[in-house]
Amino acid sequence: MTDRALCVVRAGALTTVQDRGRPGHAHLGVPRSGALDAPAAALVNRLVGNVPEAAVLETTLNGCSLRPRSTVVVAVGGAPCPVTVDGRPAPWGAPVRVPAGALLDIGPARRGVRSYLGVAGGVAVEPVLGSRSTDLLSGLGPPPLADGAVLPLGRPVGPPAHVDAAPQPGPPAELVLRVTPGPRDDWFTADAVRTLLTRAYRVSPASNRIGLRTEGPALARAVPGELPSEGVVLGAVQVPPESGPVVFLADHPTTGGYPVVAVVRAADLAAAAQATPGTPVRFTAVGRR
Amino acid sequence: MRTLPVGDDALLVELSSGDEAQALHAELLRRRAAGELTVGEIVPAARTVLLDGLSEPSRLAARLAGWNIPHVPPRAEEAIEIPVRYDGPDLADVAALWGVPRHEVARIHAAAEFRVAFCGFAPGFGYLTGLPDRYDVPRRATPRTAVPAGSVALAGPYTGVYPRSSPGGWQLIGTTDAVLWDHARVRAALLAPGARVRFLPVGS
Repeated sequence: MTDRALCVVRAGALTTVQDRGRPGHAHLGVPRSGALDAPAAALVNRLVGNVPEAAVLETTLNGCSLRPRSTVVVAVGGAPCPVTVDGRPAPWGAPVRVPAGALLDIGPARRGVRSYLGVAGGVAVEPVLGSRSTDLLSGLGPPPLADGAVLPLGRPVGPPAHVDAAPQPGPPAELVLRVTPGPRDDWFTADAVRTLLTRAYRVSPASNRIGLRTEGPALARAVPGELPSEGVVLGAVQVPPESGPVVFLADHPTTGGYPVVAVVRAADLAAAAQATPGTPVRFTAVGRR
Repeated sequence: MRTLPVGDDALLVELSSGDEAQALHAELLRRRAAGELTVGEIVPAARTVLLDGLSEPSRLAARLAGWNIPHVPPRAEEAIEIPVRYDGPDLADVAALWGVPRHEVARIHAAAEFRVAFCGFAPGFGYLTGLPDRYDVPRRATPRTAVPAGSVALAGPYTGVYPRSSPGGWQLIGTTDAVLWDHARVRAALLAPGARVRFLPVGS
């Protein structure tokens, strides 16, 4: 094995390899997957001089620790968190040089959920259908990180960015999700649609890469039962029975039978990825562009 | 045909039958191949086709209304043949639901010509139509926690083959050694929407 590799010392609660995902295969039942906070993943790639397609690591709440076999340039973004190299504080949101054999620790998120680690050269696990992303719904791509695993790295292609600290939006205190109603808003009562668009929901701890689950007022159906299975998009707000609205994130199933009451604007999904359980959620209606 | 906007850049086209959805799907593939349609995903399902990643969905919706869609999709490709041992644990239950002797299930199932209406549930899991309506069966009252890979199964109007072991509530009528999903292949999914399929009974 090459010495361009990262050894996983502490995998963390859930750390996965992510890139821009594998869109274009939904008709085969393959979720798009990819980094949930796509702008944060793009930023850490830019900071270390990677191409936008390079694979990064996505942590969940408590970070991870890694030991590079050779000296590498890394950058941490997304959820703000302490970063240390051999115990010494290092900057968050800026390129950091990690010597061969040193311990890089990405600490627990101070706010938000998912931190991103970009590494010069990118994580070079074997791609599946053109992507290195771990898809937790279908199991495609590499498994989540485990203690003791070794991740190969690609060759750096460009110099790191010259910045002290890149501006990044903070995780939301209140998550405002702009939605366009439909395609199945007529399966709900007019009251239910009004409820969705005016009342407060909050992020459920059952949220994951498949969907942001919410808790709040129930939405009464005008039409009972399930639809024949139909294709669903990223950001679809699906309403299963006995549960609050679920906003579909990157690992969402490609088809579903619960009615989709509205669709969240793609630009708002990065904030959804960083909303911690209990965060208030507001769905607001916007017109189609 | 009814078109429903989905978010800012997708369109859900709703048809009155599964056959119409398959015909529209074939037409959309033909037009995309001919360079007449730019779209990120074409996702057929039971009675709909989702078009995702459109730059101007409302314009396409208006155009769709004027399309003349051939009722019977073209049959250019050879049928994919899937050898099956009709030895599933639910064979007797399916025979009872169909009102036929147990050994007749294989004959009836293998006599039909199937078409992959759509995929979903797992990569490479196809929902195949082709059995006459009278052979529709309900899902099992209690789903199994693990259905083995290669299980050939029935639910509603559909036949499916489990690409890998997973939980499932379909009625299991047989087993195949065919590899339904292999992402190292050029065509990862053996069964893509629109493909024709026949099941060949083999000895168990």
